[in-house]
Amino acid sequence: MRTQILKATILAVMILAASVFEIQAQKIKGSDTMLPLSQKEAEAFMKKNPSKTVTVTGGGSGVGISALMEGTTDLAQLSRKIKFDEKKKLQEKGKTVKEVTVAYDALAVIVHPTNKVTNLTREQLEGIFTGKIKNWKEVGGADMAIVPYSRETSSGTYEFFKESVLNKKNYMPGIMSMPATGAIVQSISQTKGAIGYVGLAYLNKSVKAIHVSYDGGKTFVQPSIANAKNETYPIVRPLYYYYDTKSEAKVKAFIDFVLSAEGQKIVSEIGFIGK
Amino acid sequence: MKLSSKNYNHKKKSNKHSPFSIFHSQLTERLARIALTLSGGITSLAILLIVIFLFKEGFGLFKSPAVEKGYALCVNASNNIEQLTSFQIKEIFDGEITQWKVENGELRMENEEDNSQFSTLNSPFLIELFHFEDIFSLYDEEEFGENYELLPEKLGEVITQNQGIIAYIPEEYLPTENPNVKILPSENISISDFFGGKEWLPTSTPSAQFGILPLIAGTLLVSIFAILIALPLGLGVAIYLSELASERIRKIMKPTIELLAGIPSVVYGFFGLVVIVPLIQKIFDIPVGETAFAGSLILAIMALPTIITVAEDSMRNTPRSMREASLALAATKWQTVYKVVIPYAASGISTAVVLGIGRAIGETMAVLMVTGNAAVIPHSLFQPVRTIPATIAAELGEAPAGGAHYQSLFLLGCILFLITMIISVTAEILSKRRVES
Repeated sequence: MRTQILKATILAVMILAASVFEIQAQKIKGSDTMLPLSQKEAEAFMKKNPSKTVTVTGGGSGVGISALMEGTTDLAQLSRKIKFDEKKKLQEKGKTVKEVTVAYDALAVIVHPTNKVTNLTREQLEGIFTGKIKNWKEVGGADMAIVPYSRETSSGTYEFFKESVLNKKNYMPGIMSMPATGAIVQSISQTKGAIGYVGLAYLNKSVKAIHVSYDGGKTFVQPSIANAKNETYPIVRPLYYYYDTKSEAKVKAFIDFVLSAEGQKIVSEIGFIGK
Repeated sequence: MKLSSKNYNHKKKSNKHSPFSIFHSQLTERLARIALTLSGGITSLAILLIVIFLFKEGFGLFKSPAVEKGYALCVNASNNIEQLTSFQIKEIFDGEITQWKVENGELRMENEEDNSQFSTLNSPFLIELFHFEDIFSLYDEEEFGENYELLPEKLGEVITQNQGIIAYIPEEYLPTENPNVKILPSENISISDFFGGKEWLPTSTPSAQFGILPLIAGTLLVSIFAILIALPLGLGVAIYLSELASERIRKIMKPTIELLAGIPSVVYGFFGLVVIVPLIQKIFDIPVGETAFAGSLILAIMALPTIITVAEDSMRNTPRSMREASLALAATKWQTVYKVVIPYAASGISTAVVLGIGRAIGETMAVLMVTGNAAVIPHSLFQPVRTIPATIAAELGEAPAGGAHYQSLFLLGCILFLITMIISVTAEILSKRRVES
């Protein structure tokens, strides 16, 4: 009995010691949008360097940056630029962060596949999502109520869409907000008057993507990887990794891998746009 | 069993070394008593601490400024505005109010303008919005100096040049020395705005809107209708199982119903989103299927197993002698159920109801997926709603710790706690009164 306990204790101490001295492990935390990307990159990276481990967790862009502040993560993945006050808070804690753009993500505006409307200008989208335009016939569609869907406030996608499309105005009070991108696609595919926004990677046949114009209706551009890459599609945002400059040595290898040709291949496989 | 056999062993030994063993068994007894008392005490203490923590965090909200912490609003000194309410700030930055129509230092709202005398108003001029980040597009990065020490000066310049400007800037870069800049005083978030506000926009900048009326209305609507559906159904099934069903049917049905309680709520939510939501949309021919009604239906299904199991157990606990006495007095089976079994099981049934309501009000995941989460005060069952638990679950992850948004979510938790407490206390009182009568 006693020897068993002793053995167990020794084992436990060894495991603990091993985890403490495991300097090769690194953690990535933040944006849910980037979760599939970082996970795939981490898998490929670990296959190439078996001695290293990378763990990836989500939670939202803001969660990633506060984890970086508290030192519980090595890399923060953000689907938006770091905010001024977040940067200030980091500075107060004596940390200077470095920003690396790893990929781009295009947001597609989607509607129900039976909807006749294909082209919308930014102004019309602003009107729809702020609640000024309430019926599809106002934008050239059938006489049907518009049901706009949005992500929850915790999402970086929510913030980006608000900044880029709504011109920083608030969404209409009482907009439908869904906890996940998958839920938005599901809801829009079964609601005739619905409109919403998702990452390009989530587009499928159950919904229809809207062609968007940012120049007042002169040119309408279809959301696609090619159009995002040649910068004709307007709703594109960069995706970032942030890290403390002090721990640069630790994360350098991984970031270099992501930016390498091999890593960028994974970027386009996931449905994001490479650098 | 183990304990008793141990005691037995002690007794056996005690024949040989009695003084030590007696002391030993007394000690274990005392230790056991202390341990039990402690565990009770610790549990109550933990609950108390959680409640105190909840309220402490929550009430911090009313000490937070209405304009985001660390920021201030500035206008040109020629503007005779003295004060803006939180709602006005939001309307200005949303582009709903586009002109400065100032009277007695206060902004006139658009809808009031009809019955006002325009002569008393200063000539209205256009509002020009200025976000802090805009400064970086007006000047080059180098012009601000190494540590941004020239930033206040540049901000001052911009504000001086535009008569109609309203600028939203961090407090540490306020151009305090510039006489052409007027800094608007910042008020704290008021209790009436919180409890009486109709807009829930917790991440709106510069002035977040924390109106919880739509959330409370949504929570109550969904839960009340869930209970209205689940209660008759649940009690009916409970009566059937305990009084009418044959032993064989009961043995199959009861475990099946109990199994329902074991299904994770996310699964219910997903089922609701994919099956119930489109169904409701088709049957009632409404533009959206994600409605309060969908939430109520899912919650009713989820509350059913609890209600059925607890109510059925308490009905079956009615002593056989009582039933037989009733039947012997020529009461029919139904009269026996109605006049004897149900009154006897009243306290058990009310427990079932409280547990059911508790499940309905506190349920998060399933409701989050099927109600559409639109923060509007619902006028019918067939409108999307946003409930308190769904709001907390969806937003707490991103709300910066200690900020106003975070505190408002804690306060929502307090309100949820109070609602459930009121319900369980009422149920307790009701069931006691019934037993006494």
